[in-house]
Amino acid sequence: MMRLLALLLFLPSMAASAQSVPKLVPDVSQREINIQSGFTGAEMLLFGAIIYPRGVAPEGQVDVAVVLRGPTRAVTLREKQNIAGIWINVDSTDFRSVPAYYAIASSRPLREIIDSKTAAIYELGLERLQLSPSGEVDAAEQKRFVDGLVDLNRRNGLFRQEAGTVEITDQVLYRARLNIPSSVPVGTYTAETLLIRNGRVIVADDNVQVRIRKTGFEQLVTIMAQDFAFFYGAMAVLVSLLLGWFAGYVFQRL
Amino acid sequence: MDIYLPIANLSVNALVIILLGGGVGVLSGMFGVGGGFLTTPLLIFYGIPPAVAAASASTQVTGASVSGVFAHMRRGGVDFQMGAVLVFGGIFGTAAGAAIFEILEALGQIDTVINILYVVMLGGIGGLMAKESLTSVRASRAGKPVPAAKRRHHPLVANLPIRWRFYRSGLYISPLAPLILGFITGIMTMLLGVGGGFIMVPAMLYLLGMGAQVVVGTSLFQILFVTMASTMMHSLTTKAVDIVLAVFLLIGSVIGAQIGARLAQRMSPDYLRLFLAVIVLLVAIRMALGLGWRPDEIYTLQAL
Repeated sequence: MMRLLALLLFLPSMAASAQSVPKLVPDVSQREINIQSGFTGAEMLLFGAIIYPRGVAPEGQVDVAVVLRGPTRAVTLREKQNIAGIWINVDSTDFRSVPAYYAIASSRPLREIIDSKTAAIYELGLERLQLSPSGEVDAAEQKRFVDGLVDLNRRNGLFRQEAGTVEITDQVLYRARLNIPSSVPVGTYTAETLLIRNGRVIVADDNVQVRIRKTGFEQLVTIMAQDFAFFYGAMAVLVSLLLGWFAGYVFQRL
Repeated sequence: MDIYLPIANLSVNALVIILLGGGVGVLSGMFGVGGGFLTTPLLIFYGIPPAVAAASASTQVTGASVSGVFAHMRRGGVDFQMGAVLVFGGIFGTAAGAAIFEILEALGQIDTVINILYVVMLGGIGGLMAKESLTSVRASRAGKPVPAAKRRHHPLVANLPIRWRFYRSGLYISPLAPLILGFITGIMTMLLGVGGGFIMVPAMLYLLGMGAQVVVGTSLFQILFVTMASTMMHSLTTKAVDIVLAVFLLIGSVIGAQIGARLAQRMSPDYLRLFLAVIVLLVAIRMALGLGWRPDEIYTLQAL
């Protein structure tokens, strides 16, 4: 909130220096999300201001879309089929670049504000993500896998698309909330803001980064499990032995 | 109370996990089984990834069996020689299990194999237990003496080469039999996150023909060491042991186990066995339905 206030105060002076193209001044409520023992997910506020040349907003409506995107990774997607009465994994496809998290919010439904070619260039919308599937030649089959991947991630809360949730005030200030589930993968996330008018992207800014990481005990456990596997395993055994023995001891005295 | 599991990478309700551990603990205290065969599927139903569920459940079984081993040791109910042979086989079993786990995971068939193994094993053993306990319940209702089981080992066991004397078990058999038995249970422990007590106990009674007074103690002894080995093996290979999950399960199960042990003293062993058989069969049926019904998720993701 303080940042928003500061932005408002400095707005006139910043507007004076702007060029003929509008400029975006985006920010997020948290540059760093720390995952600790009580972490149940987070709500991220993406907000900012639009600075128009000579400080005059254009005629007609402008729209804003915001995107929060996690690091990409390669995955295998497996598909279950019913073979002899049992559902087992039969088919699979590899995807080379699937974002660990992707959320998009826009001031109006995307198809009303942007033409499909532009949407494809900027990867706006869940159906326009460039997931780089490989190995499947058949287009229909590939589409089935892409739809399956998007649907799975959407129901897990890792892919989101919301329309009408970006609020624009006086064509100048915008804000949107995005939900992040507790199962969010760690990494460096990019927050992108796009100013859209007459079906085209006028200006886009993706300079804001958000770091999501585990801290404290959670970080320690993860590092131990990954890099000091033997020690971690021995600790796990010891802890369970001690807990089990201690409980037996206590109950014997009762 | 929500708690974030650092290895499973998601947040769960700590109370649900403690209660789950507690419920399983009560059963394990009553029946002298580790309860892993219930913990792993329940954790998977709750949304924990299958590998994390199996790995952390085996860590929990270690803690759940520790006080039982001490109790049986004081009563002289552990055949250490037999136990050592079983553990030796079991450690090789966990290593083999780790290799199988890796192959199946690469093929994408690990979940299906785990499910099928559960259905076959729990269904088979649950059915046997149910049949046997029903017979003895009926016999005792009719006032007839329960027909005593003939205590002798299976012909297959008798034909194995080399013979050792296992004094406490009252046996003179080939050490290869318990070695193989331990090996198979070790594989199960690694794949399913079960201690294997529910396989071990009937196998000791009906295949090896061990004396009933050392069966449960020796089985617990083997479970204790093999689950320790499987926790180590999971830590080194799948890296799926979630210590936070294991601790919350343990808090529930160690308390539950003590309550269960007290409850067991007030119940007739025949009904107790029948009750366990029903639970085992229910889990098997639920698993079988899960295989046959269209799953909620047709697709599964695996990071490359």
